Amino acid sequence: MTYLAKPKFHHPNLPKNALGYTHRDYEGTVSTLCAGCGHDSITAAIIQACFELSIEPHRVAKISGIGCSSKTPTYFLGNSHGFNSVHGRMPSVLTGANLANRDLIYLGVSGDGDSASIGLGQFAHCLRRGVNMVYIVENNGVYGLTKGQFSATADRGSKSKRGMMNTDNSIDLVAMALQLGASFVARSFSGDKQQLVPIIKAAIAHKGAAFIDVISPCVAFNNHAGSTKSFDFVREHNEAVNRLDFMASRMPIEVQYEPGSVEIVEQHDGSRLALRKLAADYELHDRGAALGFLQHHAAKGQIVTGLLYVEKDPEDLHAHLRTVDVPLNTLNAPELCPGQSALDRINASLR
Amino acid sequence: MPPANSSATPISRVNDFVVRFANVNGSGSASANEMFARAVMRMGVPVSPRNIFPSNIQGLPTWYEVRVSEAGYLGARGGTDLMVAMNPQTFDKDIAGIEPGGYLFYDSTKPYPASKFRDDITVIGMPLTAICNREYSDPRQRQLFKNIMYIGALTALIDMDVAVVEKLIGEQYKGKDKLIAPNIKALHIGRDYAILNLQCPIGLKLRQADKVGDRIFVDGNSASALGAVYGGASVCAWYPITPSSSLADAFTRHCARLRVDAETGKARYAIIQAEDELASIGMVIGAGWNGARSFTATSGPGISLMQEFIGLAYFAEIPAVLFDVQRAGPSTGMPTRTQQCDIISCAYASHGDTKHVLLFPEDPTECFEFGALAFDLADRLQTPIFVLLDLDIGMNTHLSRPFAWDDAKVYDRGKVMTAEELEAGRDFGRYLDVDGDGIPYRTYPGTHPTKGSYFTRGTSRDRYARYTEEGAPYVDNMQRLVRKFDTAKDLVPRPLIANADKPTKYGVIYYGSTAPAMDEAIGMIEAKGHALDRMRIRAFPFHSSVASFVADHDFVFVVEQNRDAQLRSLIVNECGIDPVRLVPVLHYDGTPITARFIAKAIGEHLDQLTVKPVKVTS
Ligand SMILES: Cc1ncc(C[n+]2csc(CCOP(=O)(O)OP(=O)(O)O)c2C)c(N)n1
Ligand code: SF4
Ligand SMILES: [Mg+2]
Repeated sequence: MTYLAKPKFHHPNLPKNALGYTHRDYEGTVSTLCAGCGHDSITAAIIQACFELSIEPHRVAKISGIGCSSKTPTYFLGNSHGFNSVHGRMPSVLTGANLANRDLIYLGVSGDGDSASIGLGQFAHCLRRGVNMVYIVENNGVYGLTKGQFSATADRGSKSKRGMMNTDNSIDLVAMALQLGASFVARSFSGDKQQLVPIIKAAIAHKGAAFIDVISPCVAFNNHAGSTKSFDFVREHNEAVNRLDFMASRMPIEVQYEPGSVEIVEQHDGSRLALRKLAADYELHDRGAALGFLQHHAAKGQIVTGLLYVEKDPEDLHAHLRTVDVPLNTLNAPELCPGQSALDRINASLR
Repeated sequence: MPPANSSATPISRVNDFVVRFANVNGSGSASANEMFARAVMRMGVPVSPRNIFPSNIQGLPTWYEVRVSEAGYLGARGGTDLMVAMNPQTFDKDIAGIEPGGYLFYDSTKPYPASKFRDDITVIGMPLTAICNREYSDPRQRQLFKNIMYIGALTALIDMDVAVVEKLIGEQYKGKDKLIAPNIKALHIGRDYAILNLQCPIGLKLRQADKVGDRIFVDGNSASALGAVYGGASVCAWYPITPSSSLADAFTRHCARLRVDAETGKARYAIIQAEDELASIGMVIGAGWNGARSFTATSGPGISLMQEFIGLAYFAEIPAVLFDVQRAGPSTGMPTRTQQCDIISCAYASHGDTKHVLLFPEDPTECFEFGALAFDLADRLQTPIFVLLDLDIGMNTHLSRPFAWDDAKVYDRGKVMTAEELEAGRDFGRYLDVDGDGIPYRTYPGTHPTKGSYFTRGTSRDRYARYTEEGAPYVDNMQRLVRKFDTAKDLVPRPLIANADKPTKYGVIYYGSTAPAMDEAIGMIEAKGHALDRMRIRAFPFHSSVASFVADHDFVFVVEQNRDAQLRSLIVNECGIDPVRLVPVLHYDGTPITARFIAKAIGEHLDQLTVKPVKVTS
């Protein structure tokens, strides 16, 4: 299969964002995924989120592993640099890239096989370190690209297309992310753009390790009866805890919310999240409670979605390492090389 | 007790001998032994210490061998002239390793039967434990001061300037001044005992000389780390593994001193101790892709784990620097012993058709120089660069030329297209060979809003980085990578050639830590009447002079510290040479190669070649 350029029509009436870019400026090449694949909806949500946030497309670095999901960075933000790395190792590549230039937005895209199976270690460690990024897992419970084998997020008791029963327990990446210290944790559904787009926007604005698990049905291998990652199953068992409105920092709050029903969360960059609570007693800033809530509902076969946890003042890896404010990749010999005079002192100390 | 066997006269030599300390690890002996070696250097006498230690923290045997050579031979020699036997566990073996006519110094607190000793050596007993027990009550002090005490005794036995050691003690405990006086006292307890009770000096003597010059005393790992600082590395990701951990530790130390912004206290570097080697190389590649100079330090097992990523970096053309401090493999092998055994696994690391640039420093100074150079090469060639040290260079202290840096030097950041160039309309094809050297241009992520972005992938793509599975663009790209590798031949450090005084049909090729032993072996080989041209290879891909050196000789010995003659295989493979012409000389027991070993192996071979047939007349 060869590269397909997307035709560029000039549509004078396309709406423009604050930077004067149209939706088109955030698109990539034509997707080569199966028609109806959940991953394509996530691509659309990413494009929508970046357009609405008026991000300069080239200020985003898209990094992925291997899988159908990891292919998607070619399908959005065509003016951004992208890196389709090796299977399960997106987190380390993203961490290194982030260390080199703290000024870009890092968007990591992965699959459930990529992150929960082969790459579980790297998934865990980059969240522990608090790398400033948006980490999206496009979760379909199977290895799409290698034709439908179970991944580690497949639920116990769910059936494969060929009728095989999964007997292994599943890994819940959201629960792990909460436990590992991610400072922004959400779950959504590729079929619910209303929920997903604001979550992606909020995650981009978040200055810390933001993790989003997006259930994204694989129409080719895991969308049948007996699967717990099919469109039908997820729609029926979706338990959304909140609905999110994301407001960039400049905007005054215009919508009048019913007192008590909405929580306003100020983010570090001044942006605000308005959360309409659907589960009355859900506490957004309590890891332990979030974990308990998840497990309680999982036991009932429900899939909890929404913004599940936000840390108010997150610190990222650069803060931990106390790196200089300018990107390390802009430093050159004058800043990096101590020169002969320092070497003279070192030589003298070695005699 | 002088040797009972009159056939072995006690060795009598000045500034030319090997002292070997046998200790138990974790006993604090290392710093005392190192002080002894340093004192020899301060007396102007070239010295090369080697630490032979187990993969263990406490309780197993360690040896510290100090070669003293006014003639300047810094390789391991083999054999021991003076054995300082402080470890009862290895006593018998230690005695067996003493040269005929040599000396044994041991702790005589517990008497040994005479049968323990050899009759062709001089046995010198000193009741060290008894003296320590008398002087100190604290068990830790008894142990630590015992080490200093035998150094004190040595100063008398080999007639060494005690003031030099006193000065070193002062320097070592600078800032912890309370410790200076007790250490000097222990030194003198040992020295005084020897003067009063032992026959001093013995036949081995140390005299002030002026053969050290401006050389420095440093280990290769620290020197490599300093090279990384000078070479502009700003990201380091690593996972602990002997013998490379001290490289990352040294980088951390150097950076804390040399790379912290004086005003803000902020770091101009980032160091991550990763969760494993896959992650460390992944981070290095991510940082390199994003325009920061980055490196990892590891050893053979780490290189094995990094294979998939190394192939990606080769194919996607991402700069990365890997310091591989080799240890004896395969598997865990002998993790604290030295070898040059990762040559092939680095040269062709990863699946598919791959070839990588390797640098072979011979000593810490070249570790510094090649360490810095590696970052220029990585940026210029947009590919992983391997700096291959080994445990001997990396962890042992070597006397080397002082570090030097040209302050006028600017980094070669390679072919990076800027926003201005893109704006001016320059054509950008990520994998387009515009200059015919196989090296394309790259852009850093975030350069320009609408121009110059590209997608990096391990899958095949065309010259404009567009995904394709067509055969022709794939082949086109693989051919360009070969061209790039050819370009590298003239960018990497050239081999150094030293010709014999008279024309000869024989040559020798060697590399890395074999160099000092080879320098000495050449003298021994020449003394037997043979002549040998020498080539020290300093990098892969091989410069054209390697093939011509082999072509110019009937036979070329290739001296290596591995079982399978790995560099020889590389030469055969890459230069299309008849293997018969390359004679392997292999040393791989985990100890550093010695001059004696090389001289014997090559000498015997040459003896055979030059034997004149005897005419039998009847
Ligand atoms: C080291 C390695 N092992 C195996 C593969 C084969 N492989 C490619 S994609 C994939 C699974 C991808 O699953 P997932 O991350 O869930 O992505 P999806 O296709 O489902 O979106 C596997 C096993 C590979 N590319 N690399
Ligand atoms: S195989 Fe599944 S995951 Fe892959 S593109 Fe098709 S539907 Fe999507
Ligand atoms: Mg999947």
